Amino acid sequence: MADMYGKGLLKGLGVTLKHFMNTYLEDIRWLSRGKRRYYTAEGIDSRKSFAATGIFTVQYPDEKLPVPEEFRFIPFLIYEVNEDGEKRDRCTSCGICAKVCPPQCIWIERTNDPDTGRPVPEPAEFFIDVDICMNCGLCAEYCPFDAIKMDHDYEISVYNRLEKNIFNKERLSRPVSYYASIRPTNYAREESARAEAEAAKAARKAARKKQ
Amino acid sequence: MTEEINTPGYDIPPEMEGQVAITTLDKIYNWSRRNSIWPMMFGLACCGIEMICAATSRFDFSRFGMEVMRPSPRQSDLMIVSGTVTKKMIPQIVRLYNQMPEPKYVLAMGACASGGGPFKEGYSVVDGVDKFIPVDVYVTGCPPTPQALLHGLITLQKKIDKQSIKNVRWYSKDPVEPIPIPVLGPDLMDPREYALIKQYSTEKLVEDQQVPAVEEA
Amino acid sequence: MSEEVLVEEKTELEERFPEIGRDERKGYEGYIVPAEKLVEFATVLRDEFGYDFLSSVTAVDYLPEDWMEVVYHAYQTTGGPGLVYKVQVDRDDPVVPSLTPVFPGANLQEREAWDLMGIRFEDHPNLKRVLLWEGFDGHPLRKDWREAFYEGDGKPFKSRWPSGEVIRAEENNPFNKNVDYPGGFDPEQWTPAGETAVYAGVGRLDHAVSETALSTDQIVVNLGPQHPSTHGVFRMVVRLEGETVVDLEPVMGYLHRNHEKIGERNTFLMNIPFTDRLDYFNSMSNNFGYVLTVEKLMGVKPPERAEYIRVMMAELTRILNHMVAIGFLLNDLGAFFTPLLYAFEERELILDIFEAVSGSRMMCNYYRFAGVARDLPEGVFEQVKNLVLYRLPGKVNDLDTFLTDNEIIRARAIGIGVLTAEEAIAHSAVGPVLRASGVPYDVRRADPYGIYDRFDFDVAVRYHGDIYDRYLIRLDEMRQSIRILEQVIQDIPEGPIQEGKPQYQVRVPAGEAYGRVEGPKGELGFYVVSNGKPNPWRYHVRAPSFINLSALEVMCKNYKIADVVSILGSIDIVLGETDR
Repeated sequence: MADMYGKGLLKGLGVTLKHFMNTYLEDIRWLSRGKRRYYTAEGIDSRKSFAATGIFTVQYPDEKLPVPEEFRFIPFLIYEVNEDGEKRDRCTSCGICAKVCPPQCIWIERTNDPDTGRPVPEPAEFFIDVDICMNCGLCAEYCPFDAIKMDHDYEISVYNRLEKNIFNKERLSRPVSYYASIRPTNYAREESARAEAEAAKAARKAARKKQ
Repeated sequence: MTEEINTPGYDIPPEMEGQVAITTLDKIYNWSRRNSIWPMMFGLACCGIEMICAATSRFDFSRFGMEVMRPSPRQSDLMIVSGTVTKKMIPQIVRLYNQMPEPKYVLAMGACASGGGPFKEGYSVVDGVDKFIPVDVYVTGCPPTPQALLHGLITLQKKIDKQSIKNVRWYSKDPVEPIPIPVLGPDLMDPREYALIKQYSTEKLVEDQQVPAVEEA
Repeated sequence: MSEEVLVEEKTELEERFPEIGRDERKGYEGYIVPAEKLVEFATVLRDEFGYDFLSSVTAVDYLPEDWMEVVYHAYQTTGGPGLVYKVQVDRDDPVVPSLTPVFPGANLQEREAWDLMGIRFEDHPNLKRVLLWEGFDGHPLRKDWREAFYEGDGKPFKSRWPSGEVIRAEENNPFNKNVDYPGGFDPEQWTPAGETAVYAGVGRLDHAVSETALSTDQIVVNLGPQHPSTHGVFRMVVRLEGETVVDLEPVMGYLHRNHEKIGERNTFLMNIPFTDRLDYFNSMSNNFGYVLTVEKLMGVKPPERAEYIRVMMAELTRILNHMVAIGFLLNDLGAFFTPLLYAFEERELILDIFEAVSGSRMMCNYYRFAGVARDLPEGVFEQVKNLVLYRLPGKVNDLDTFLTDNEIIRARAIGIGVLTAEEAIAHSAVGPVLRASGVPYDVRRADPYGIYDRFDFDVAVRYHGDIYDRYLIRLDEMRQSIRILEQVIQDIPEGPIQEGKPQYQVRVPAGEAYGRVEGPKGELGFYVVSNGKPNPWRYHVRAPSFINLSALEVMCKNYKIADVVSILGSIDIVLGETDR
């Protein structure tokens, strides 16, 4: 027990005072180093680091807290663009994402070849009801073709959900370059794995030819 | 800020520039309203925590004039439906909505409030709060990050900016009817649908009486 | 306790009760007790064999076998493995004697079993619905009960692929809503009974006049479900004499999201992200409990590095939770928002780590069967290290300096809401609530899971059982968590993070498993029954927040109404878990 009544209170207020002062002390420190503390990436970094003191606010929308590479929001579909500018979906409509989706918010319509009636590895349509999606990322995790990934874009508020909130294939599709830009490490890893797999395949083929 | 308001589309004579500001009533009305939206302190589920986060130091929505979260609906302008709305809770939500004074706005935060979310298939979950009360902005995500919520609030501000004092519902002559409060029966019942429920149940009874012998076997 | 002793003790028990039989189904364990012997069996088990802690009461509907089973999990507060016993009853008229008179902690759980399964507990003092409302049609966890949006008994649903024509579930419903009504129902004849039943629970209003010398009328006060102090959509009905609480009843279910019913439709893997949404502060420890239980059934173990990562995340989330719990408690005590803001700063920094490793701030979905979803991305280990070694200890001390000696807090918290050790055990209280009452029971130590037996840490314990001790114990536990984290940082090995190939369809052999972890709010248990299919047959969550509430009445009685709010804050409930 504190020997003087109110001592504990004052001690507590001291913590708050320190916190308050730190903001300005830190401002002065940044000024003296000739750096800008606000509206710069460096400033935001320092405010989210373990050494952050004083003010903690990141002033959205003027400053945005950077999201980490693994950040996941709504899924998107990746298409590749070849030299002729032709788009090709990576998705083969195998349906694993629809099977693994916990709230079952993915609908895939498979394309059938009009002549033979056999399925073609390309989705005719692809829907995600974002009013059901729980952003869990299992679809992206278990997709064997790296065709569905989780987006970083979280600024998608709407006025009318009935019209806007079932995303179709067109709304979901993004180019590979977009994926490479938001998840560079993952992209590099997957690409090197793919190159390796293809090299191995080619080597096997060559070996078989020799025989 | 002054630029935002001071662009009504009238030219100011050069000799008066910098001394006179012209604006429309709508602009100043909306500007003051959108910068003092008081949300109701009302967290339902997981999204409620992200809503509190949006109020705390890192995201701090008091920068938008929203710091005064009111626990009483009588003093709030905005209801952030933050989380899963259950059938047991919807009567209270409708009642709170009715108690809010005009102008009032509703923001459905997250997948659950918008359309039932991952729990939509459940037996005691309302598949979207908009089935009972009008919603102005839907914020997607499960849960939306605080920044996504702030984006939703900015979207709401944009909506407020577009409103005009001439045709908003709270100045119209017709009285605004309160929304009838849903009743908890064997399942959730909307008082407006009693006739339909009765018809449905009667038909179902007939069906049930025809089928059971088969089902028993 | 060695295996031999255990076997001997069980035979002793069998000798004592020749009527009981061992559960000999494959993958099952424990005893099957005849309903009429249940109360005697439980009492003897408690008084003579030391199984004084009734952890979980739940029910399973074995539809193909045409019976229902009430499952009890009992433990000793001195530590060691548990004992399972079951009562099998007829599906058409399931009646089981209530254990509430012996273990008051069974109260809410039995009400839940009645509500969701329709099992009637004889001699239960207050058997009415708890998560749903009076008048609800049917008992939804029964296997033959179908919800309005029923699409199939198990996921994945056929309509999603290969000809997935998108349709909102409500479009098939005549009301365009998630509702269904029984045949022959007339809404105009309906009188909702809910509120009367709620108020009847707090006692006899008809002679609500006290018999003290200065007679005052007793009044009933309703708090919530929309109330800033109830931490969500919780509701309490309190009967007051002046300002003093005479009787109190917690009312819940306002966030009942059908977690268990959905969980039984889901595949095993699909349940992981759903567990995130139980205690939404601590998705990491919810994941932990669930994967541990399913791993028990599958008989697999994660590799070393994954074990360390699991512990790291679980302890970080404990610090996060206790920070926030203290913040909210102080909110309830009247220190409006300042301590909470400090707590949320640290929470944000921990969430940054969670976001970097798992992709989401709150809904981590990070643990997998026999592993974790991904290795720590570059830089995250440094982030954890810096936070744990250089920031958090100081911040915990700051919080300590800020609050502990504060005269107002001491006046409001010391000696308020006292729960004695005996009451705490009887009410199945867990976590900080139990340990603040002087029972050093921590699952990490009492029944170690994962690799917790390797770490050097103390089980925090305090002896007064009041709000102040429940506050202090959270500070202690944060310090212990930091201690564990320091060891994790030092010892974490390199290596794989997943045993075998990650699979989306896991094979889970038939059987039952009860897994529990020491979550930040207390013992979090999962009871999973598998029948070999891709979906669990029964999936039950023993939620610490829910069961701790059964002690709320004892804690609040004879204190002031203003204390009720802070007592509730000191239990630290989260509604996602309470109502599930």
